[in-house]
Amino acid sequence: MDLVPYVAAYIAIGIFVVAVVARFLMWRKLPMHVRWELYPVAHDKRAAYGGSYLEETNWWTKPRERSLSGEVKAMSAEILFLVALKEHNPKMWSRSFPFHFGLYLVIAATCLMLGGGLLAAISPSLMAGGFGKLIQYAVIGCGVGGLGLGLLGALGLLERRLTDPELKDFTSPADLFNLVFFVIAFGTALASFALVDRDFGRAMFFAHNLVTFKMAALPGEGMQLYLPVASVVLLGALCAYIPLTHMSHFVGKFFAYHAIRWNDEPNLKGGHEEKAIHALLGQPVSWAASHIKGDGKKNWVDVATEDLRK
Amino acid sequence: MKAPKSIKDLPRSDEPLAHIVNADQPPLPKPYGNGAELPEIAPLKAGTADKVVVLDDTVALNIPVPKNKEEEDALVQKFLSGLRKCLTAENNWTFLQPFLLSLEHCAKCQTCSDACHIYEESGKNPLYRPTYRSEIFRRIYFKYVKGGSTFTHGDIDLNWKTVARLIELAYRCNLCRRCAQTCPIGVDNALMAREIRKIASQEMGIQSKECHDNGSMLQLKVGSSTGMNALVVKDNIEFIVEDMTEKTGLDCSIPWDKEGAEILLMHNAGEIMAWPENVAAFAAIFNAAGVSWTLSSEHAAYDSINYGTWYDDVQFARTAILHAKAAAKLKVKKIVFGECGHAHKALTVIADKVLTGDLNVPREAAMPVLRDIVMSGKLKLDPSRNDFPVTLHDPCNYVRLMGVVMPQREVMKKVTPPGRFREMEPHGVHNYCCGGGSGFAIMSGHNFGDWRHHLSGRKKLRQVLEAFKNEPMDKEHPKYICAPCSNCKGQLRDIINYYDAWEKHGIGYGGLVELIVNAMADAKPGFIDWEWH
Repeated sequence: MDLVPYVAAYIAIGIFVVAVVARFLMWRKLPMHVRWELYPVAHDKRAAYGGSYLEETNWWTKPRERSLSGEVKAMSAEILFLVALKEHNPKMWSRSFPFHFGLYLVIAATCLMLGGGLLAAISPSLMAGGFGKLIQYAVIGCGVGGLGLGLLGALGLLERRLTDPELKDFTSPADLFNLVFFVIAFGTALASFALVDRDFGRAMFFAHNLVTFKMAALPGEGMQLYLPVASVVLLGALCAYIPLTHMSHFVGKFFAYHAIRWNDEPNLKGGHEEKAIHALLGQPVSWAASHIKGDGKKNWVDVATEDLRK
Repeated sequence: MKAPKSIKDLPRSDEPLAHIVNADQPPLPKPYGNGAELPEIAPLKAGTADKVVVLDDTVALNIPVPKNKEEEDALVQKFLSGLRKCLTAENNWTFLQPFLLSLEHCAKCQTCSDACHIYEESGKNPLYRPTYRSEIFRRIYFKYVKGGSTFTHGDIDLNWKTVARLIELAYRCNLCRRCAQTCPIGVDNALMAREIRKIASQEMGIQSKECHDNGSMLQLKVGSSTGMNALVVKDNIEFIVEDMTEKTGLDCSIPWDKEGAEILLMHNAGEIMAWPENVAAFAAIFNAAGVSWTLSSEHAAYDSINYGTWYDDVQFARTAILHAKAAAKLKVKKIVFGECGHAHKALTVIADKVLTGDLNVPREAAMPVLRDIVMSGKLKLDPSRNDFPVTLHDPCNYVRLMGVVMPQREVMKKVTPPGRFREMEPHGVHNYCCGGGSGFAIMSGHNFGDWRHHLSGRKKLRQVLEAFKNEPMDKEHPKYICAPCSNCKGQLRDIINYYDAWEKHGIGYGGLVELIVNAMADAKPGFIDWEWH
């Protein structure tokens, strides 16, 4: 029993990291595609009105000014506050924003606990003093706020999915299961805080042991023990589950924005992309329609340069 | 309103899934109102549904109804075969990453629905949601290709009706990508429609006749989707030059095949047939500004259209390569497109990752070139000649999809008197499609034109009416929609005719170059001839 929360946490973290890295690599290794950008492109200096470098004559002779801050600003607003959803679907945003922001706060609380645990191992005196208290207050604030907001958001989203005819028809059983999973995991953790661990002391003790590989038994018995253990196991399972589902859209979103919507990189004559393009055009085509007759031997160059006048 | 109750109705219902009447649609602004005096969508001819697949009030593709079980199964198997190919890097490197991201990550939040002009103008009929077709497509992918769980991804029956109707439904989207702009995750449901069209075309040989047989195939075989070969085009151009030189008093001469010219100008050949004044206006402006330019009489290069953009990557690549080859042969410094939106996007942006080496001739939009000429002071302009209300339509293909927003507005300020130009709302990259995008402007089989006027084009009419709401709405007070794109102009022409907007309310249309020439002090007054309409 003593080891259960630790083993659960290590496994969960392991699965999460491996699954996220695997997803990231899967998206990354896909071949170059044709340009399919959509304006405004955040790094363009004309992003405020949606303009691009293509507004200039002889644009290929001029240096392109990319604004990293423009991208960071747009991404931060999108990630933290879901601005696209707020603008285009405020009803959904009123549920989705607390859900996502709550999740971020829970992640922040977790990072603070793990960081605090590491600091305590390196410099016990630092964490024993005022700084340690500050971290603890931050953990309590982020943890309770995050779990509360996340729980409210998940309940709100569940209500919408179950009652709104616009969403109902498109909702799969797994969509409902995922939200119920959040409600149970966050609800249990919130109950653990309210009934057992009001100062997050046990949680921080657990985090400290986790980063120092001590795996000491959590204090208490009965509900005092089972509720925190259940919280860790459920939150761990959720952490491992997310990247295995379409909730891993945070990885896909990175590519959807950076590799597609905002990818306005031109292929300049003699540039580094030409070699890759030649390789892609050399691939076999097997599309069967009569105007192509791809036999798996003809490649893209063959079919694209076929003279139909003959 | 007749509408599907569920996405599961698509494979199951024996009846058309939607029927729109005027009363279902949001009323138009004054002077049209609730539509009581407007015609309804004309019904399909009796017996149509016995021969071809009918999804709703119209038919875009003429997919034959299978005669027996073998034909039904073949339709399904071919679709699955195409979908599998669409998931391979060899056959679909062009769009694999965007396609997979959109397949895998939709949160089904319906945020995109309200961005779609067709959905909105249908009175929010669920069939026309951007997600309706995409969700069915996703479920087919997860269940029948990936073997995924229906608990996770939802269920859908797969039969010939699912396939045929899904393909037909892919032709109820203008591919304007306004929905994608609103997606918080970056999912592109317009691309999903295009990928369905692609599977249908590249694997199953199912296309819109106007886009394929009479479109890209004709262009690749003869040289132009208009059917004109180089000799006929040159003849027509000669006539245009003669006529317009006399009309304007300007030098409207058009050089052909001038090697080493600064600019190879590529027009949509539809302009030559339908809007010759546009072709002449470009010539008058370029000649007056002393630009070194030329047209090309090479095969397919005198017609900038590339209909593959809407449905077929192979047809797209074939056309793009012919265009680039012509430019390389003439050793021009750059290609500039006339007022044709999809031609801009096709060769400038999409073909960017196809053209290499000598074929990688720089391409640029017409608007910045015109802006530079107008701002250079080389043209003597008298904006008072354009003393009528003007609004500007932003063609999706080079505005939302290329970010060319301001140059045309800068020109507009120079060629119209103060207070005469007013924006549509929304405008720029957040504009609405004219309703003719993705091939619709040239599609009018059965009653497709009616459907287009009632659904896909109605939002633009609404925007135009709102832009001119403070103007007298009669023919004695002409108002100009500047639509610098051939397909958009074709669509606006049809909408104006259908709603009798010129005769009753004085709403006309034209391009940007016509406004410039109309303001040129050296030209004979009255280049814009309102009775064009």
